[in-house]
Amino acid sequence: MAETRELTCINCPLGCALTVTIDGENITVTGNTCPRGEAYGKKEVTNPTRIVTSTVPVDGGDIARVPVKTASDIPKDRIFAVMEAIHAVRVKAPVKIGDVIVKDAAGTGVDIVAARDVSAA
Amino acid sequence: MTDANTIIERGRVGILVIGGGPAGLAAAVAAKRAGVDDVLIAERDRMLGGILNQCIHNGFGLHTFKEELTGPEYAARFISQAAELRIPYLLNTMVLSVDRDRNVTIMGREIGVRTITADAIVLAMGCRERSRGALSIPGYRPAGVYTAGTAQRLMNIEGFRIGKRVVILGSGDIGLIMARRMTLEGAKVLTVAELMPYSGGLKRNIVQCLNDYDIPLQLSHTVVDIRGKRRVEGVTIAEVDQARRPIPGTEVSYDCDTLLLSCGLLPENELTRMMKAGISPVTGGASVDDLLQTDIPGVFACGNVLHVHDLVDYVSEEATLAGENAAAYVSGSTGRSAADAIVEIGVDGGVRYTVPQRIDVGHMRDSVTVRFRVADVYRDRTIAVYRGEKCLSRRKTRVLAPGEMEQVKLKKEELAGLTADEGLRVVLED
Ligand SMILES: Cc1cc2nc3c(=O)[nH]c(=O)nc-3n(C[C@H](O)[C@H](O)[C@H](O)COP(=O)(O)OP(=O)(O)OC[C@H]3O[C@@H](n4cnc5c(N)ncnc54)[C@H](O)[C@@H]3O)c2cc1C
Ligand code: SF4
Repeated sequence: MAETRELTCINCPLGCALTVTIDGENITVTGNTCPRGEAYGKKEVTNPTRIVTSTVPVDGGDIARVPVKTASDIPKDRIFAVMEAIHAVRVKAPVKIGDVIVKDAAGTGVDIVAARDVSAA
Repeated sequence: MTDANTIIERGRVGILVIGGGPAGLAAAVAAKRAGVDDVLIAERDRMLGGILNQCIHNGFGLHTFKEELTGPEYAARFISQAAELRIPYLLNTMVLSVDRDRNVTIMGREIGVRTITADAIVLAMGCRERSRGALSIPGYRPAGVYTAGTAQRLMNIEGFRIGKRVVILGSGDIGLIMARRMTLEGAKVLTVAELMPYSGGLKRNIVQCLNDYDIPLQLSHTVVDIRGKRRVEGVTIAEVDQARRPIPGTEVSYDCDTLLLSCGLLPENELTRMMKAGISPVTGGASVDDLLQTDIPGVFACGNVLHVHDLVDYVSEEATLAGENAAAYVSGSTGRSAADAIVEIGVDGGVRYTVPQRIDVGHMRDSVTVRFRVADVYRDRTIAVYRGEKCLSRRKTRVLAPGEMEQVKLKKEELAGLTADEGLRVVLED
């Protein structure tokens, strides 16, 4: 049985309404205006990924929280697991942009890194 | 290199940049690189970077750096450029007033109240959100009603929890970003209501902030009632007709403890008004020429204080130009024609405004980028530029939307000899 999904392509302001049909190994995309829409539709139904960003409390810093992000994109269905890993940590100042805050978050193989410097107060 | 305190003691500076957000930073860096040694940034906040400090999500800098940075990372790139160039800055320092001779009153924690005269000024004060006072929601004003940007600052910088059940009015990008942010922090975002029949936010944000988390977006809907005396207990949302009046009988009530308002941004132009610089009624920012110079010589504007931008990349680009031109002004190398040789750029067919608003054909650079916004969502239109009756350029577009800034390039060679009588227009055609 073929399954279909309705998606909006985000790669340009046109925002084509895509219909993706999944029939076993066979994935077809319609509604796209250009090849980028096809690639996007296929990735969204096979392996959708996102960057996750949040903040982590800092002790002894000149600001109270340090913004953090996943060093690369992670599978979409792991977002909440990664958020739990982020919620479980506190860090001590100083922090440098790029510092690893959580290694291999929630088994994704992707680190959580600091997105700014925080000096010691 | 002179430090900030020496400049203040001296009471005189080459270029004063007001605001240390991405616009102010890029302008200061460009002015310094153009050879002006004497540049000072005044920032009222406790850190440089402006609004980017609270924009912790990714998606900044795709055009400039070809990678997706978070707001703080994007700001850090420019802060380190300013540091390398040893550009002096004052934090916790607010510019209180400016007059037409560029005498500036500033107040700072360390310096007290001082006056300083600048040879040139770059206005880079950014914008602020339309507050709920500007919206006509009836009822009490209980705790739990925030503008989306205030909620963003409280959560991302101060680390506060905002609420558990949330309704958002307005589908501007900040509201969309906050819908995702609050969901990730464990809140339930019940719905986003948008008064207009289209969203003012970027497609990407609708997909990745709402659709990813199954948050419904209701177009042509508004909040008609807020319940709760001390804290928000619920809101009522109704559909609106074409005249944006609520349709009786369509009311739906939501139990929630938080209402976020994401209803647009307004350039922060108190200082510009104080100077009596000309302001565009459409953008709410100063009206400028192709140097991004206001109608007061030596006073330039860039970034969100000039017109509201959705991409910080364009803010940096525009600010670089303003900084270079301010540098040229103080070194005496910007020729300007007499006022009557400066041509206003006309708009038509759904183009709401252009920035710059006017152009000095005699002294323009080889190419000038003109940015604009349209009034509605348009499909399959052509953007055309006319010199008198002659069409200079045409570009077909599939879709244009008020939320996406557009641009055209004007070439000096095409405008040679242009007069105000002949006219220059940017229009949309079928
Ligand atoms: C709440 C909010 C959220 C936003 N979120 C996003 C987003 O998620 N993504 C995006 O692409 N864009 C976002 N924007 C747009 C964003 O503003 C631009 O991308 C960019 O930051 C604009 O840069 P700017 O330097 O012009 O203004 P700002 O970053 O606002 O910087 C202006 C600076 O001037 C300072 N200032 C103002 N008045 C004075 C004074 N009198 N004296 C001294 N200093 C002064 C302010 O403190 C501030 O630091 C947001 C805007 C707002 C208001
Ligand atoms: S399919 Fe192509 S044209 Fe359509 S939204 Fe995606 S990138 Fe744009």
